[in-house]
Amino acid sequence: MSAETSPSFSLSMPAAGKRHIQPRAGYNRRKTANVIFLGFTALMVLVALIPLFWIISYVIIKGSSTLNLAFFTQTPRPLGVTGGGVLHSIEGTFILTILAALFAIPPGILSAFYAAYHPNTPLGTALRFGTDVLSGVPSIVIGIFCYALLVKPVGHYSALAGGVALAILMLPTIIRTTEEMIKLVPHTMREGSLALGAPEWKTALQVTLPAAFNGIITGFLLGLARASGETAPLLFTALGNDRFEIGRIVQSGLAQGHNIFWIIGNILGQPVDSLPLTLYKYSQQPFPERVAQSWGVALVLMILVLLTNIVARIWVQIRSSKA
Amino acid sequence: MKNLRTAKIEDPTKLNWWGRLKRWYHHGDRVWQTLIVSMSILVLVLMLAIGLLLWQNSFHARTQFGWDFISPIGNANWDPVNNLFRAWPLIYGTLITSLFALIIAIPLSLGVAVFLSELCPQWLRVPLGLLVELLAAIPSVVYGLWGIFVFLPMVVFPVGEFLGATLGHVPLLSVFFNGSIPNSGASRLAAAMILTIMITPTISAVSRDVFLAIPSSQREASLALGATQYETISRVLIPYGLSGILGAVILGLGRALGETMAVTMVIGNSIEGTFSLLRPGYTMSSIIANEFAEAVSQLHSEALIEVAFILFVMTLLLNVIARLLVWRVARRTPQEARA
Repeated sequence: MSAETSPSFSLSMPAAGKRHIQPRAGYNRRKTANVIFLGFTALMVLVALIPLFWIISYVIIKGSSTLNLAFFTQTPRPLGVTGGGVLHSIEGTFILTILAALFAIPPGILSAFYAAYHPNTPLGTALRFGTDVLSGVPSIVIGIFCYALLVKPVGHYSALAGGVALAILMLPTIIRTTEEMIKLVPHTMREGSLALGAPEWKTALQVTLPAAFNGIITGFLLGLARASGETAPLLFTALGNDRFEIGRIVQSGLAQGHNIFWIIGNILGQPVDSLPLTLYKYSQQPFPERVAQSWGVALVLMILVLLTNIVARIWVQIRSSKA
Repeated sequence: MKNLRTAKIEDPTKLNWWGRLKRWYHHGDRVWQTLIVSMSILVLVLMLAIGLLLWQNSFHARTQFGWDFISPIGNANWDPVNNLFRAWPLIYGTLITSLFALIIAIPLSLGVAVFLSELCPQWLRVPLGLLVELLAAIPSVVYGLWGIFVFLPMVVFPVGEFLGATLGHVPLLSVFFNGSIPNSGASRLAAAMILTIMITPTISAVSRDVFLAIPSSQREASLALGATQYETISRVLIPYGLSGILGAVILGLGRALGETMAVTMVIGNSIEGTFSLLRPGYTMSSIIANEFAEAVSQLHSEALIEVAFILFVMTLLLNVIARLLVWRVARRTPQEARA
């Protein structure tokens, strides 16, 4: 725009005429640089997204051919025998994520309340900082930590140790999203409840928590998606166990007349497999049918993790656009 | 004393035990406060416990090797058979793969962040951001599986051959690009390229948020002075958000240092006395994943725990720096926006 107005300006001042050609030439160069730069950023987005589509399409193509009913309902056959499935690792993933959720949600939500209502106390600052730092600790380090804490003293690998490792991984996500969501709840609601004489804990659990519930679920789902896709922390805690079958343990427990606590203890006390662990092990084996099954596991895992992610993120988009 | 009616109500001694208990614990609030404070302390204790336990469990390795464990000079080798454990080759593997990944990922992610925050049409912003975040959500083992069977033969091997043929003969760079890439493609280069893909969403997402946090008055002032969008971004927005972007980059670096499964699956897992990117190697996390379950001696497993401790300290320091930088931007922005 300035380029169009400048000629009339230069007519009245011929001495300045020479000078204004210079910016004009520069202007074209600047415009070109601008277009090149904008094109570059768009190109970068494309480049960054190529792997996403490449991985997803490849996993779908390779994985879908190995999926059948047996894949979900049977445990693995001996090596070299075709068929069989990954029921053991589906059950293992289920147990590990439930354990992780049980261990991570109560401390996560309670400390989020502290962080949200006491942001400027020393403990509050330390807590938020510690949460941020904890989320950056490599998952393999957490795996080694849980090994030293729960496997080495006991002497054997267990689902329990794996669940604790995944819980530590989920904790930062849960604390941070819950804290954000609690802060979004209007102060007037809390003050109204307190003014009616309700104690702090009743206000928190019966007023604030339900109001922030959707956001907390989102954080929980994101944490769950992260934890259920992790392999490294499970390598030395849950270890893997391809003969694991809940149905068999329950049946033999009942047949021997044990009570429910013995059965639960038996399930949690032994090594379990999970989908990512199975995927890792199968991909390392030289048997083609195992490698083919690892693509099937990858597909199941991707659907699980990506769907959880998409649901969680779209949920929060819809909620925030309504609010 | 005179007014017997109020004295009757307020005198704690006249309450029954349940009333006294309720009064003492503030109708449950004392329990609630104790609970949330102790849970907050638990999270902090967890951080300390990780460091402490790793430190304690690597006692023999620490006393036997001392600072030599991490020094690059002397007989820096990792040899479980002869009980010789020096972490330097692993530290080198971690650093070179992460730095190489960072060099490629920085322009890539800044491009993505700028596009998502500044140039993208409003309707495209949310779905594109979602896609980039999904890239971060794909499990690491799936990256590894895809890496072994697709990415290595189709991309890494040709790129490695090309780099070996060109940069392998340039005087200084030949240290990093000599030798020939194995036919499988499994090499430090493969790990670095997979890491690039994996850290790009992290850096992009955080620096996009940094760009979005910059007050629009900064943009408007620059555009009103006649600057093009490119000039606005490169001379106003990037300097303004520099510490935040730096924080994002360090966060990405932290993720690259700690990434385990994908790297373990593509790096080839062997100790060779070479600096070359084109040869197989080990990183700190991949050697733990690969050897810990089958550690032959107590010294071996303790050395691996010490490697984990070093990794923990490295990522801890990086995260502290990154968070301080990002926090500084977040704190500065509202004040200056008001001014």
